[in-house]
This record gives sequence, structure tokens and C-alpha cells, in this order.
Amino acid sequence: MARFVLARLVQSLVALAILSVVVFVLARATGDPLHLILPMSASEEDYANARRYLGLDRPYVEQYVSFVGRALRGDFGTSLRARRPVGELIAQRLPNSLRLATFAMSVSLLLAFPLGVLAAVWKGTGIDRAAQVIAVLGQSLPTFWVAIVLIEVVAGRLQWLPAGGIGGFTSYVLPGFTLGWFVVAGMMRLLRSGMLEVLDSEYVKLARVKGVVESRVVWVHALKNALIPVVTFAGIYFSILVTTAIVVETVFAWPGLGRLAYEAISSRDFPVIQAVVLTTAAIVAVINLSVDCLYAFIDPRIRYVR
Amino acid sequence: MSAEPTGGAVADSLPAAPARARTGARGRRLPVFALSIIGAFVLAALLASVLSPADPEEQSLRQRFTPPVWDERGTWQHVLGTDRLGRDLLSRIIWGSRVSLTAGVLTVLLASAFGAGVGLVAGYHGGRVDAALMRITDATMSFPVILLALILAVTVGPSFMNVVIAIAVILWARYARVIRGQVLTLMELDFITQARIAGASAARIILRHLFPNTLNTLMVLVTLQVGYVIIVEASLSFLGAGIPPPTPAWGSMIAEGRDFVTSAWWVSFFPGLAILLVVLAFNLLGDWLRDTLDPKLRQL
Repeated sequence: MARFVLARLVQSLVALAILSVVVFVLARATGDPLHLILPMSASEEDYANARRYLGLDRPYVEQYVSFVGRALRGDFGTSLRARRPVGELIAQRLPNSLRLATFAMSVSLLLAFPLGVLAAVWKGTGIDRAAQVIAVLGQSLPTFWVAIVLIEVVAGRLQWLPAGGIGGFTSYVLPGFTLGWFVVAGMMRLLRSGMLEVLDSEYVKLARVKGVVESRVVWVHALKNALIPVVTFAGIYFSILVTTAIVVETVFAWPGLGRLAYEAISSRDFPVIQAVVLTTAAIVAVINLSVDCLYAFIDPRIRYVR
Repeated sequence: MSAEPTGGAVADSLPAAPARARTGARGRRLPVFALSIIGAFVLAALLASVLSPADPEEQSLRQRFTPPVWDERGTWQHVLGTDRLGRDLLSRIIWGSRVSLTAGVLTVLLASAFGAGVGLVAGYHGGRVDAALMRITDATMSFPVILLALILAVTVGPSFMNVVIAIAVILWARYARVIRGQVLTLMELDFITQARIAGASAARIILRHLFPNTLNTLMVLVTLQVGYVIIVEASLSFLGAGIPPPTPAWGSMIAEGRDFVTSAWWVSFFPGLAILLVVLAFNLLGDWLRDTLDPKLRQL
């Protein structure tokens, strides 16, 4: 088990290292940021000075090494636009994103579990149909459109919930639901197919023959094993959530990482882009790593397969 | 449009696959709903210049925000109404289907060709080659698609080709993973060993023996991902990093109407409905293909 965890840890670190190079190269390629921060009247000399001051005149390799060195210490430089330490911006925005993501994930779990299990148990009935429709819609609706429609109808016409920004619990409902729906779809389908397979297996039949109450057979005996594929995909769902959050946060004016990324990209703010992408990738890597370890713990067969 | 030749190729390779024989006997109905929606939009995209009632870029400020025809202020001249600049929405949606469908199909074809290639090579060689290729695949997969696409789109400037490349650069990884997994199982089978004994070269084994056996899975993944790519492309256009105006793209049409939702809901609503219909159709078709060709393939 220890060897497995270690191997996966090294893998994640290598993946992150590759990412840091990609991000660095891409961020340098987004055009000269000085055009944005210096006034129109700036002379050649001003440009040269600013370049030297920001360290943009040094060789790329040198810039990269110092970037990684500082990043490891949590120092991502200064935002070219906000003129504030990037670490500070991230620290300010990250909790908001995590809160929204956690809320969205809880909503998805709460919806996906009963739906997936009931759809499998009542296969072919109205419940199953309804669950399938919810799932396929969740995978087909463009999130930003759902967001706009919800804002207009629920926040605008009905005035039930706030249209955007972060506040009390009510402000989480619309963005959380928008974000969660897509995840519900995938999770529910996985759970349903997993349950269908497990409910047909010998040990479940044995449990029934033994006289175990049907609800216990479904929710304890069968669900336990149907959960395994859901756990494997949990990491993927989380990265989907993170990605979708960029669009959702932008529409709902949610002060999170996604919105920060969008603002940074439109103003070519190198340090912020690097920091956001790396933070996001690191979070996804940590989640994937813990999911894999959890998976290996639940299902010992995995540990022996390379 | 491009579904035709690939569909034929798959059908040809089918008798060899045992999965098909089983499900074929069950006799599943064709997904008529999905196929007819896809057919309608493909037709709209191909014949945009004939079918659209007006020039999609022609502005007429006097007729701005004309509501759809069933509204009492609506006219038959603009069936779905007009936008902020008085452009005909129906025409823009018809022309927009060209953008969305080409982006979806082209991106997925690029990504699947490259991804399947990587998966086949990694699965065939195993060992270090496999380990190295899979590390790169994992790194790519952990990169949020929209983030990279945004960076790339801003880097090289927003354009149709950049959007396609940006998405394909990430999307190939999923194909590589799934195909490699399949190849690993195939490599255990006797017919590969026999081909080896017969002295077949690596290229021949990969192209003639492994590749045809991964086609079913590939077809399912390709169909399911066309819808996903259309959504990502629309999201990018919505964020202003996709296909630049004035080219009508569904995502940017929704963005343009966003500020006027309260007074002119139709501007954002109809392009969104178009996206929903197309993506829904591709997802339904993909599900059907999966159940028919490759029931073991669970998700994505």
C-alpha cells in the first residue's frame, strides 16, 4: 500500500512539473503585458526600465527557475494589473471557489444517490425515465445558458433568490445548482449502471435468499460495491467542476478563482494566470491522488495492478 | 456529413466483433429523434446560404429587438425576431450551426486520431514507452480544458482554428487512455501472438490487428464528445475567447443577448435552445451507439 501511494505521489508531482513548464511557456506567449500596464505616452526607455524592473528581460530559463523556486514558497509575484501580491489575490478568491465547489458537490451527491439507486431498482419505470431525462439534459445544457435563464426567471421575474455575488446561503443556490447539474448527470448514470450490475450478482441473490430485508439489500449490500466506479470518477468530476466554474463564476459575478482567471486572461496578467492554473492543477492533483488511494483501500485488487 | 464514411467502416469491421453479435440479436430501434435533429442541423449547416431567410450580418437598427412572430409585435420577416443590431436571429442560428458543427466534428476527429495513435503505440509497446506516454496523458487530462483554451485563444488571438486546436490539444488524452486500456487486453489474446509468430511488423499489428478492434469504442467516444466540444466551443465564444464577431456563433450570440434578457429574452434564448438540441441529439446517439456496440464502456 505504501509503495502504491508513493508511486502515485511521484506521478502527480511529475504531472505538475510538466504543467508548470506548459503554463510558463503559454503565459509568456500571451503577448507583451507592458502594453497594458504602461501609459500610451511611455517611451522606449520606460519600456526597458519596466522590463528590467519586472525581470522580463532575463533569459526564459532563468525566469522559469526563479518562478518555480518562488512558487514553491507560495510567492507568485505581483499582479501586473492589481499591483498586489498574487498570493494575496489567490488567498482571497480560493476560499470562495472552494465553498461554491463544495456546495455544488453536496447538491450533486444528494441528488445523484437517490436518483441513481432508485432508477436501477425501478428500472424501466417512470422514475427511471425521469432520472434519465435529468441526466441527459444535465450533460446537454450549456451551463452559461442555464445560468442566464435561472437568473432571469428565478432571480429576475420571481425574485426568489439573489442574481449574483456572494452573500448568505441563498446566494449559493443558483450557482451551486447550475454547477452541480452536470456532475449529477454523470454520477447518476454511473451509479445506475453499477447498481444494475451488482443487483444481478450472486451475493445479492444470496442475501435475499438469506432473508435480508430488501431495503438493506439495496442500500447496504449492493450500494457498497456499486460505489466503486463512482469513486474512480470522483476525481474527473471534480476537475469538470473546476472547469465549469470559470463560466458559472463569470455569469454569477462570483468572486472566485474562475472569475479571477477570466479577468487575468483578458488583461494578460501573467503571474495571476500562472498562479490560478497551477493552484487549480495542484488541487485537482491532490483530489485525484486521494481518490486513487481511497480506491486502492476500498478495492485491494487495484494495488497489484500497475 | 463525415459520419457517413466512418459509419461504413465500422459496419464492415463489425462481424468480427463478438459484442455486436449479442446486441444485434436484441434488435434495438434506431434513435430516430436524435438522427433527425442531427440531420436537420447538418442540412442547415450545408445549405445555410439557401435556407437562411436573410443575410446573418445585415444590420437594420430600425428593426432592432423585433420579437418572434407569435408575439403581437412580431413579423413573418423575422420568424425568431432580431437582435440588438436588428440582425435576423433565425438566419444567424442557421449560419451558427455551420460554426458549431464544424468545430465539433473537426476537433473530435483531430483529437481522436492523435489520441488513438498514442493509445495504440503505448498499449502495443508497453514498458517504458507506455509509462512515459501515460504520464503525459495524465498530465494533459488534469489540465482544465477551458483554462487552456482561454489562454491559447488569447495567446494567438481568437479564431476558429485556434479554438479547434486548443480543445483538441487537451481532448486527445481521453482517447489515449481508453484505447490503451483496450489494446492492453487485446495484446493478451491469441490472434496477436499468432500475428507475431507469423512475423508481422509492429506497424502491421497495430494497423491491421489492433486498430480495427478499437473502432467500436472509438465511434462511441467520438459521438459522445462532439456534443461536449460544441458546449466547450460555445462557452469559449460566450467568454469572448472563441470565434470572433461578426461571424455568427451560438455562444457569442447568447453573450450578446445577456444584457437584454429582461426586455428581449429571445436573443439569448434561441441560440441556447439550438445548442441544447444538437448536443442532446449527439448524446442520445452516443448512448445508443454505446449500448449497441460497446456495452462495457461505462462513461464518457
